[in-house]
Amino acid sequence: MAAEQAKVDPMKQFAIEPIAGTQGWELAGFNIAFTNSAMWMLVTVVVLFLFVLGGMKRELVPGRWQMMVETFTGFIDNMLEANIGKEGRKYVPYVFSLFMFILVANLLGLLPLGIVGIHPFTFTSHFTVTGVLAIISFSIVLLVGFWKHGLHFFSLFVPHGTPLPMVPVIAPIEFISFMVRPFSLALRLFVAMMAGHVLLKVLSSFVIDGTNAGLGFGALVGLPSFILMIGISALEILVAGIQAYVFALLTSLYINDAEHLH
Amino acid sequence: MPQIAQLAETWSSQVFWLLIFFGITFFVIGRGMVPKVMDTVAQRDSQISGDLAAAKAARDAADAEEEAWRVKENENRAAAQAIVAKAKDEAAATSESRLKAAQTRLDKKLADAETRIAEARTAALTEVESVAVEAAQDIVATLAGVKVTKPTAAKAVKEAMIHG
Repeated sequence: MAAEQAKVDPMKQFAIEPIAGTQGWELAGFNIAFTNSAMWMLVTVVVLFLFVLGGMKRELVPGRWQMMVETFTGFIDNMLEANIGKEGRKYVPYVFSLFMFILVANLLGLLPLGIVGIHPFTFTSHFTVTGVLAIISFSIVLLVGFWKHGLHFFSLFVPHGTPLPMVPVIAPIEFISFMVRPFSLALRLFVAMMAGHVLLKVLSSFVIDGTNAGLGFGALVGLPSFILMIGISALEILVAGIQAYVFALLTSLYINDAEHLH
Repeated sequence: MPQIAQLAETWSSQVFWLLIFFGITFFVIGRGMVPKVMDTVAQRDSQISGDLAAAKAARDAADAEEEAWRVKENENRAAAQAIVAKAKDEAAATSESRLKAAQTRLDKKLADAETRIAEARTAALTEVESVAVEAAQDIVATLAGVKVTKPTAAKAVKEAMIHG
């Protein structure tokens, strides 16, 4: 690394590259090249599958692995029951998939596999991906809302106890805040993941360039940056969990709106 | 920023593969495996609560049994005490009546004996009197040469015996 006068581009980690040979794959005129992004989605699914498979032993007295998986399902179950109530249980499969998919993707993207030549790709740092997930969640909210309440679902935009003269003012504001939800949902995750990864890359470029510039710079710039990187890496692991949690929590809150209106 | 720079060429592949892989996650893991995991948890919970209920029922039954045993035990003890008391009473009554019988017998014997003693004494006294009368006659005849009739002698003896 040092020999090639490393020039660290903090954005390069987000570049999508088709895996050799799949460049030209098309479906109905759309390019569906199997990219490094798709590759890591596959890895995420496999890791998640193996994780949950380990919890399927169905023993009465659970082992550690089964306990861990049951902790996660119980966590989602409790969250949905707390936010939605008894009807929330039927959303467990979706919210669990969403939460675990994002969580595993975030954590896999943080793995220091670069040192063995594999470059992790955090697909949750792409708003195309987070956007699709947000749209799926939002669609579920709309479908459930209109399915359960019909046109009465629009009363969501008039909170309880709003004085009649205020309705024309309140309703548009509520409507806008409602329509902003998928964007905030998608952007929050995308921004949090991207910012963390950029920060880590920038700091790593400080470490590399500082050390290459000589012992003085290495001690003055490189070492503190390295120590900071360790701290920020720990923070990023926390953020990975928190962002997955926030995504799942907000989805469950929005579903609650659709289930119960206000 | 590759997210925007590559948007036009990569969005379709991103969306396509995300739908594929998230679809697999949802249908295979979310709908296929998670309910089974939760089933296991629910099964365990119901098993635990069932076991707890069974244990509680067993404890309650044991408590009830102990209570019943205690009541019965108390009854038995009371009955035993009643029997003992009755036996004691009976024994006391029997011994008392026996004692009474013995006492009466003794009293009777004593009374008989006293009567016999009294009779014997009277008989002895009469004998002493008659002997004394004869002796007095003999003494008078010998000393004074006077013949005293028996009644006179008897009268004198009686007087003498009374005066000592």
